[in-house]
Parts: sequence; structure tokens; C-alpha cells
Amino acid sequence: MLNRRDFIKLAAVGGGAVFVSGLQGCATAASSGVAATDFHFVQLSDTHWGFEGPPNPDAANTLKKAVATVNALPMQPDFIVFTGDLTHTTDDAAVRRKRMGEFRDIVKGLKVQDIHFIPGEHDASLDAGAAFKEFFGDTHYSFDHKGVHFIALDNVSDPGAQVGAAQIEWLKADLAKRDKTAPVIVFTHRPLFDLAPKWDWATRDGAQVVDVLMPYPNVTVFYGHIHQENHHMTGHIAHHAAKSLIFPLPAPGSQEKRTPLAWDPAAPNKGLGIRDIAAEPARSAFTATELPVRNA
Amino acid sequence: MRKGLLRAAVAVPLALGLAAGGLRIAAQAQDKADAGEPPPRVIKLVAKRFVFTPSDIVLKKGQPVVFELTSLDFGHGFKIPDLDFRADFVAETTTTVRLTPQKTGKFEFLCDNFCGSGHEEMDGSLTVEE
Repeated sequence: MLNRRDFIKLAAVGGGAVFVSGLQGCATAASSGVAATDFHFVQLSDTHWGFEGPPNPDAANTLKKAVATVNALPMQPDFIVFTGDLTHTTDDAAVRRKRMGEFRDIVKGLKVQDIHFIPGEHDASLDAGAAFKEFFGDTHYSFDHKGVHFIALDNVSDPGAQVGAAQIEWLKADLAKRDKTAPVIVFTHRPLFDLAPKWDWATRDGAQVVDVLMPYPNVTVFYGHIHQENHHMTGHIAHHAAKSLIFPLPAPGSQEKRTPLAWDPAAPNKGLGIRDIAAEPARSAFTATELPVRNA
Repeated sequence: MRKGLLRAAVAVPLALGLAAGGLRIAAQAQDKADAGEPPPRVIKLVAKRFVFTPSDIVLKKGQPVVFELTSLDFGHGFKIPDLDFRADFVAETTTTVRLTPQKTGKFEFLCDNFCGSGHEEMDGSLTVEE
């Protein structure tokens, strides 16, 4: 069985420079009735397929390099999740679908084909998620894996960044079926808390979602949107933002405008990354390893 | 009695939208005038992908303002995080919202309804002076 120390050791071998983040996790036994064995999964975020511009002149290759980075991991993950903004926005519905098709074709190159997708506002806000659903299925759903309950929430199909009453009721019902102490991981695109409202880094009804999650003692949230690593607590719930796979953005509220950080031709992958998460369901513990994007 | 009649008169047109908004503000303005408060200043704010016009607005602390929000293309948002204020534009129409700033300073506003490729740059600022 892969333990956390083995996993980190393997990740370090496979990824070169590795930054390891110890994430919040409560040392309580999983009691969901499902055998809890250690595993790991990979989070990829904000690939913005179709983007063109100075913040990443290499954009046509970055997603392919991310695929190669994951495929080169010495221990392949159980599954992979993309936490939104798979494609860059466009007003043209045909172009949107073309980009989604190209994105889907590229990620078919991943060795692990158990892939979960959630939309970002660039994918879904201009058509209420219609194109995303055609290519990738539902925009919110849940699944179980080795004793961990995973919930994908959609806070982008409404352009006003609302999860909405119907989805919140669905979330309540989904959680009610579970053992209250079982580990739960939530995937979203936008932060569920007010990280930087002046940059639109928030979910309008995120506080209601957090209220629904709060009675559950072992909840961890992984999200994207802000193109950088970030860690935040709302009560006992940890929220972890992932780096992007297109260009990094400045630290929340650190400057007047949320303009992308300048591209460095000497280090074209600088600020980009993937996240490998080791799960220990028996302790409701999760350890994230931030890995740089490799050159293909 | 007169104010009561005025409120009753606008109750039905309110459901009709734009014209009703103007009547409602007129009613509120009359109420405030009766209470000795200054009449609201009207500011026309136009939203179009991906620009607010005007994008820099100067207000007086304590002076009521009525924003006439006109969108030329999309249901943009109008959010002023530091004043805990937000409203929605309605595509291709005009709506009105009221704000009375109670603190001085420079406050940024932004569109918080995702509207396309320039959404992240659609913002402006309110400066509230003594």
C-alpha cells in the first residue's frame, strides 16, 4: 500500500523541484462502511485551451506538456480532476465547441482515463453550461472512491457566480445520505469564500454552501480560478486553490488590477503547475504535492 | 394622506418595469424632501462589453445618488465591494438603484456577472468626498 512518505518520495523523484504542502486533515477514522485504502489523485486547473496572448506565447503547447507531466509521474493517480476553465471563453458557440473537442482530444493522451471535469466561467457562463454538458456531462455530481466522498459543485453556469437554491438543496440531500464523519472532498472552480471580491474572486452564495458543509467535520475543498496556490480556512474547512496551466495571476488584492504576471521566455512554465494529492481516508488526511510542468 | 396615495399610485406600475422605477424614485424623493433631505443626484451609468461609462465617478458623502443603469448588450453586474453594494443591469434596458455613500475614499466597482473575454478588465472607481 502506498503511504504518504512513499508517495512524496516518489513525487520528488518524478517531478524535480517539489513543494510539499501539509493540508488540514482531521485524524478521525473513516466510518463510511467502505474499505478505506490510501490512494492519490491529480488536480489540473485552468488550462484555458484556445487562449492566445503575451501572458503565454506557448499556450498551444502548455496543455500537452501538462499531460506529459502527469504521464511521467512514477506512480499514476487513481483519477484526475480538472477544476474548470478547460477552455478560454468565446462568444462564438461553434468555436466554444471546437475548443472543447480539441481539449477532449488532448486529454485522451493521459494514461489515466478516469477523469472528472467541472466547468469554469470561461466554459459555461455564456451558455449556462450547455456546451460543457454536451462534451463532459453534468456540471455538478458526486462519487465515492475508496472511502472518500467527492462532490463537484458548479458555481459558474450562472454568470452571477451563484450555486443556486436548487443545487444547494441537492448538496444537502447528497450529504445527508453519508456518515457525518466520513471524509468529504469538494471540487469547485471559484472560491466558496470572499477571497478577493474586487477581483471577482468569490461565489455570490458561497457562504450558504459553506453553511451546509459546516456540520460535517472532515471536509476539504479544492478549487481553481485564481491561477495560483492558496490556502484558506473557513472554520474547520480547508480551501486549497491550484496553480493554472496557462498563466499565473498576482496574489489576491496585491495590486490594483488582476493582470497576468509577465511571461518569462527563459522559464516558460514558471508559475504553472499540477497538484498531486495523497489521500489517507482512515485519517481523513490529504497531502498535496505541487509539481512543476515539465517540458514535453 | 398624499404620500399614501402616491405610494398606492406607483404600486401597480412597479410591475411594469422601467417607467415604474422612475415613479418609485420620484415617490422616494418626495418622501425624503418632506423629511428635509437633499434630492438625489442622478447619474447615468452605461455598461457595454467591457466598459462602464463613466468609469470614474465622484460623489459627496451623505448625498443620495440614483444610478440609472443602462446596458447596451448584456446583464452586467454593478458591484462595489467596499460599500457592500451590488445591482444588476438588465440587457438593453434601463433600471434604477439608489445609493447614499456614508464614508469617504476611493472605492472600486466591477462587473460581477461574467460577460466574456474582457470581463476581468470591466471595472471603474467611485471617489466619495466630504
